[in-house]
Amino acid sequence: MAYFVPTNADDMPPAEVAEMELYHPKSWVTKYVFCQDAKVIAIQYSFTAIAIGLVALVLSWLMRLQLGFPDSFDFIDPTDYYQLITMHGMIMVIYLLTALFLGGFGNYLIPLMVGARDMVFPYVNMLSYWIYLLAVLVLVASWFVPGGPTGAGWTLYPPQAILSGTPGADGGIVLMLISLALFIIGFTMGGLNYVVTVLQARTRGMTLMRLPLTVWGIFVATVLALLAFPALFVGAVMMLFDRLLGTSFFMPTIVEFGEQLQYGGGSPILFQHLFWFFGHPEVYIVALPAFGIVSDLLSVHARRNIFGYRMMVWAIVVIGALSFIVWAHHMYVSGMNPYFGFFFATTTLIIAVPTALKVYNWVLTLWKGNIHLTIPMLFAMAFIITFVNGGITGLFLGNAVVDVPLSDTMFVVAHFHMVMGVAPILVIFGAIYHWYPLMTGRMLDQAMGQFHFWVTFLGAYTIFLPLHYLGFLGVPRRYFEMGETTFIPDSAQTLNAFVTVVALIVGFAQVVFIYNLIRSASKGKPAGHNPWRATTLEWQTPEVPPGHGNFGEALPNVYRWAYDYSVPGAEQDFLPQNLAPDQAPAAGGREDLSGAAPEPAE
Amino acid sequence: MVVALLLVLVVVGTVVFHFMSPWWWTPIASNWGYVDDTIIVTFWVTGAVFIAVGLFMAYCVWRYRHRKGRQAAYEPENTKLEVWLTVLTTVGVAAMLTPGLFVWDQFVSVPEEATEVEAVGQQWQWTFRLPGADGVLGTVDTRNINDDNPFGLNPDDANGQDDVLIDSSELHLALDRPVKVLLRSIDVLHDFYVPEFRAKMDMVPGMITYFWLTPTRTGTFDILCFELCGTGHYAMRGQVVVAEESAYEAWLKEQSTFAELSAKAGNGTGEAVKLVLGEGKADSVERDSAQ
Repeated sequence: MAYFVPTNADDMPPAEVAEMELYHPKSWVTKYVFCQDAKVIAIQYSFTAIAIGLVALVLSWLMRLQLGFPDSFDFIDPTDYYQLITMHGMIMVIYLLTALFLGGFGNYLIPLMVGARDMVFPYVNMLSYWIYLLAVLVLVASWFVPGGPTGAGWTLYPPQAILSGTPGADGGIVLMLISLALFIIGFTMGGLNYVVTVLQARTRGMTLMRLPLTVWGIFVATVLALLAFPALFVGAVMMLFDRLLGTSFFMPTIVEFGEQLQYGGGSPILFQHLFWFFGHPEVYIVALPAFGIVSDLLSVHARRNIFGYRMMVWAIVVIGALSFIVWAHHMYVSGMNPYFGFFFATTTLIIAVPTALKVYNWVLTLWKGNIHLTIPMLFAMAFIITFVNGGITGLFLGNAVVDVPLSDTMFVVAHFHMVMGVAPILVIFGAIYHWYPLMTGRMLDQAMGQFHFWVTFLGAYTIFLPLHYLGFLGVPRRYFEMGETTFIPDSAQTLNAFVTVVALIVGFAQVVFIYNLIRSASKGKPAGHNPWRATTLEWQTPEVPPGHGNFGEALPNVYRWAYDYSVPGAEQDFLPQNLAPDQAPAAGGREDLSGAAPEPAE
Repeated sequence: MVVALLLVLVVVGTVVFHFMSPWWWTPIASNWGYVDDTIIVTFWVTGAVFIAVGLFMAYCVWRYRHRKGRQAAYEPENTKLEVWLTVLTTVGVAAMLTPGLFVWDQFVSVPEEATEVEAVGQQWQWTFRLPGADGVLGTVDTRNINDDNPFGLNPDDANGQDDVLIDSSELHLALDRPVKVLLRSIDVLHDFYVPEFRAKMDMVPGMITYFWLTPTRTGTFDILCFELCGTGHYAMRGQVVVAEESAYEAWLKEQSTFAELSAKAGNGTGEAVKLVLGEGKADSVERDSAQ
C-alpha cells in the first residue's frame, strides 16, 4: 500500500494509551517562568540561545577587526584573540545551534507535529532548560575569573589547554569544562523527552512514515546527541581531573618553559578520539534538524510534496548512523596510526552519497512545483546553494591525503562556516519567518525580511568563498597575525580587510532582523489561521498561538501523510493531515478554501 | 525572474572567481604533486555537481514560479530516477576516493633510501637533530632535558654522541634526497608545516610522529606551526633551506654534534646551547676527528 494513500475513517485504529495528564499552571510564575509547557520552554531556550549567539557574533566582529586590520587595534592582543576564537566557536556550535535546533525548535514543534498535548516528561523538560541556562551562566563567568576564559580553541586540545602557555589555564578552562558537563546533563534530560515523545506520544493515525521531515530530523539528531555527548562528558571530566587533581589521562612527560612537570604517561590523542567521537555526530546534530526543516519549508512554499519522502527518511537515518564511524577524519594529521586514514576516508566519502541524494530531492521538489517566492522559500533555496558548497569542500578534506596540505588552514575555517555556520543559520531564519505567525499570530515585516535575506545570503557567501582560496595558499587558521612570510602576497591582507568589512555589514543586517522580531510581535500584519496553507498538525490547532494542551478538547486523528499538496482532483491545493478522505472536497474547481488567510507576499 | 537570475549569478560568479582568483597554491617544492593532482580531480567532480545543482535550481525557480492557475505535480517518488542518481553519485565519489587512497598509501609508506631528520617543537620555537656520521639518531627522553642537554639525549647511548644538533630554527635539506622527518614535541601539540612541501604532521609530546618528502626545488621556505599551541603559536616560525648536495654538505660540516657541545659545556665555557624565544645559534666548532 503506497504510504501516501490516505486512510479511511473506518480503518482508524483505536487509541493505544489513555491521554496524558497535563500539569495546569496556576500562578504567573508557573505559567511564564517555571513552566512545564513545552512551548514556553521552547521560547525560553530560543531567547537564551539567540542572546548568547549575539554575544558570539560580536566576538566574531572583534576577531575580524584583528584579522582585517592587524596593526590598528591595540586593545586586542594575542591572549584576547585566542579567547575570542574559543568562546565564539564553542558558543556558536553548542550553546546556539544545538540549543536552538533541539531545545528551541524541538520543544515547540515536536508535540504539535506529532499531535500530542506536550512532551512526555514535562517536569524534566522544564529542568533541562534551567540547567542549560546555568551552563550558559557558568560559561559567561569565565570572563570574570583571573586569567579570563580559555583560549585553547573550541577543540580544547590537551596538553596545551591546561598549561600556562594557553590563556585561561587557571580558571577559564575549568569553568568551560564544568559548563559543558552541565549542558550535557541538561540536554540528556531534554533529549529523552524528544525521543520518547516521538516514539510514544503520536496521535491516532500518525505512523512514523507520516511524520513531517522536521520531526525526523530533530528525532534522529536527538538520538545522536544521547549517544555522542557522553564521549565529550567523559573527556571533560578526565581533563578536569588532569587539571585539578594532577592525573595524567591526557598528559605525557612535559618540560614546560624549562621546568619538568609532574605529569607522565598520558595520551593527548586519546582526548582527540573522545572529542571527535562526539564532535562529528555533533555537526550532524546541527545539520539533521536543518535538513528536516528545509524539506518542509520547500514543500509548503512550492505547494509540492517533498520528492522521495521515504528515501529522505532513510537518508536521515543512514547519515545519522554513519556519522559515528567517520570521526577520525578530523585527525588525519594528528599523529594517530596512519592506516586509520584509509578507513575513515572511505566512510567519510560514503556518507556523501545519502547526503547528495537529499540535495537532489530538495531540488526535485522545486521541479514541477508551484513556487511561491516567500521569504522562507528564499532562505530554503539559499540553504541549498550554501550547503552544496560547504558539503563539497568537505569532500576535499575527507579525502585523507588532500587534507594534509589543507588541514589547519583557512580552507577548513571556510568549510565549516559555510556548511554549519551559514547553511543551517539560513534554515533557522527561514524557519523563524515561517513559524513566527504560528507563535505570535502575526507576520514578520516583508520589506525588512527581504533586506535581511539578501544581505545575509549574498554577504555570508562573499565572506566565506574567498577564504577557501587563502587556505589553498597555505594561510593558517588560528593565527593572531601573519606577520612576514615569503609566500603570502600582500593582496591576501587586502582580501582580509575586505572580508572584515562585509562581515560587519552582514552583522548589521542581523540587527534589522532582531528589530523586526520585536516590532512585529505587536505591530505585524495579523496572520490568521494557517497563512501558509500547510498540511502539518501544528497549523491545525483551534487557537493561534496554540493554547495550553495544543489541540483543545479532542486530539486530532491523522488520515494522511504530511505532504498532500496539489493533490490531483482536490478542490484546494493542500489537504491537512487531520482531514478525513470523506471530508476532503473533491473534483470541481481549484478554489482556495482558506479565504480568511492572506495571500503570502511574493 | 530576478531571483533565478541572482542564483545563476552566484553559480557563475563562483566559477569565475575560482578561475580568476589570485590566491592559489604556492608553487610546490616537493614530490607531493600527486596531492595537487587529486585536488584537481576533486574540483572537476564536485564542480560539476555544484554547477548542475545551482543552475537546475535557478531553472526551476524561473520555469515553475507561481502564476495564477498553476498547479504543482503530485509525484511522491520516482524510484528509477533515485536509483540512477545514487549510482552516479557513487561513481563520482569513487572517482575521488580512489586516487586519494593511492596517494595516501604513498604518503604513509616511507621509501627505503630516505634519510632521517628530527624536528623538535616547543613553545614557541623549532630545533633540529640529524643522525650524524653513524646514520642513527640517539635515543632521547624528555626527562633528560636540562640547560646542558636541551635535546634530552640519553648520554649513555653511543649513537647519540655524533648526532648533529641544530639549535636554531633554520633547517637545511639536500635537493632531491628523500627525507623522513621525525617529529617530536617536549611540551604541547605542534605541527611542522612548510606550505611548499604539501606535507605535514602534528608533533605529539610522548610519541614520535613522521612524514616524508623529497625536496625538488632549491630555495628558502617558511616553517609555520599548524596546531594551536598557546599565545605564541602564530610567532613560532622557522626556515627550511633546500640546497644542492655540495652546498648542503658544506653547511653540515659547520654544525656541532652532541659530543662537541657536551664537551664545551663541561669545560665551563658557558652554556652550550641556550633555549631562548627566537633564534639562538650553536657556536661553530671545529669538528674533532674520531668520536
